[in-house]
Amino acid sequence: MLDDFFTRAVLAGLGLAMVAGPLGSFVVWRRMAYFGDSTAHAAILGVALALSFEISIYAGTLAVATVMACLVSALVARGQAMDTMLGVLSHSALAVGLVAISFVPSARSDLSSYLFGDILAVGRADLVLIWTGAALVLGLLVLRWQRLVTSSLNEELAMAAGIDPRIERLVLSLALAVVVALAIRVVGSLLISALLIVPAAAARRWARTPELMAAAAAVIAAGAVLAGLWASLRLDTPAGPSIVTAAAIFFLLSQGIRRA
Amino acid sequence: MTSLIESRSLTIHRPGTTQPVLAQVDFRIQPGEIVTVVGPNGSGKSSLIRALLGHMPLASGQVARRAGLRIGYVPQRVQLDTAIPMTVRRFLSLPTRVSNAEAEQALARTGVPGLGPRQLTQLSGGQFQRVLLARALLRDPHLLVLDEPTQGLDQPGIVVFYKLIEEVRRDTGAAILMVSHDLLVVMRSSDRVVCLNGHVCCEGTPQHVSGAPEYLALFGAGAEGTLALYRHRHDHDHDRVPQGDHLHGPGCRHDHSHAPAAPN
Repeated sequence: MLDDFFTRAVLAGLGLAMVAGPLGSFVVWRRMAYFGDSTAHAAILGVALALSFEISIYAGTLAVATVMACLVSALVARGQAMDTMLGVLSHSALAVGLVAISFVPSARSDLSSYLFGDILAVGRADLVLIWTGAALVLGLLVLRWQRLVTSSLNEELAMAAGIDPRIERLVLSLALAVVVALAIRVVGSLLISALLIVPAAAARRWARTPELMAAAAAVIAAGAVLAGLWASLRLDTPAGPSIVTAAAIFFLLSQGIRRA
Repeated sequence: MTSLIESRSLTIHRPGTTQPVLAQVDFRIQPGEIVTVVGPNGSGKSSLIRALLGHMPLASGQVARRAGLRIGYVPQRVQLDTAIPMTVRRFLSLPTRVSNAEAEQALARTGVPGLGPRQLTQLSGGQFQRVLLARALLRDPHLLVLDEPTQGLDQPGIVVFYKLIEEVRRDTGAAILMVSHDLLVVMRSSDRVVCLNGHVCCEGTPQHVSGAPEYLALFGAGAEGTLALYRHRHDHDHDRVPQGDHLHGPGCRHDHSHAPAAPN
């Protein structure tokens, strides 16, 4: 069954959707959208480094995304003017990454596969990595769930309960870096934050508790993966962008449901 | 140690500077006591609370909390991120899960029974304060710490809220430490008042404090018994506090009244 490239693509997408829902909910709750962007854009730089040093793409993106996540995290803690700072970091990281990748001849030809993902080329090893990584991150979120939700709601209340909000912020930053690294093959570095944010935003409209929202976001993300891949096969459209387009359609539908 | 919390010569600096927010504060609260901290905006009230709770680094001095002390805390202006969907019931289970019965009992005690299924964002200011209080009570605290708990409530709401606080003390025996602007009501329901302005200006029973010249200088001569006078007129210079030559405790009699303290 795993011999079929389409089955592998579906499985890779579902593995990512499973963790993108809950993690994306935190990104929405904590208004970290730009944070996700800068980490994801930095991943391109990671690809360039990985290719020039001939190490795994996953390891390269994970390393650079982690550094970026910690950097942004530290800036947040210092209370810098956030949106400007993140705007600078996010787009600089992307630009530097694109310049760096132009020095790697082998990568120039398939640059778009790193920007927009190449889910149909996912192999067995990728699949194992994506599912292992997703399960680890999901397990981390579940283990620390109460602490993460409390400190996302209000840091002062969290501290009163003996929770250190800085640790929770760091946990989320690292989780984000891991998911960015996993997602680079699936939706690419430009659309990772879309896969995190759009399903969570769609779930927000009608979810009554944080848990429902996280679960609903995961289901919507999974639906977007299936719908996007199906459309990609039928209409011969690029897979990654089709998945995000499907998620966007779900988002629009969710906005309509409430109003009706 | 008989006090629940005790501080000695507590000094706090503004983050990243050596500018003191609070200098040389000695503070203690005993079991079952209601203590209210009053003072102008920026006088260090919230900083004192955070330092006593251990949420803020001290520049110097000590804070001792009784071993095993359970604290129920309602921070100032809890701004909930509206991006998180959250029912009242779910909120009560953060971060420690409680049973439905416990949750409902806490809500009933604070006068908002049956509010469990509502979204936090749909509550009125008064309801939300009661929910926060209910959540703090679920920890079965020895000490309740409330930082400006009546902000955003109207006058009848404030009176009712303080009555509730007194009831809670009577029922649970918990000590209560409050920061407040509601001078008149504070005077009525506190055992002890600490008047703060970068240091302890004066402290003692409400009767003592409301007659103290330091208090009158901070809040205006008409403050005693006049609700209209929340806004203090205080512009005298405390910049010399860091050098430690401007520290006064109870009974300090020097003149603070640089500003016109006309009764309103």
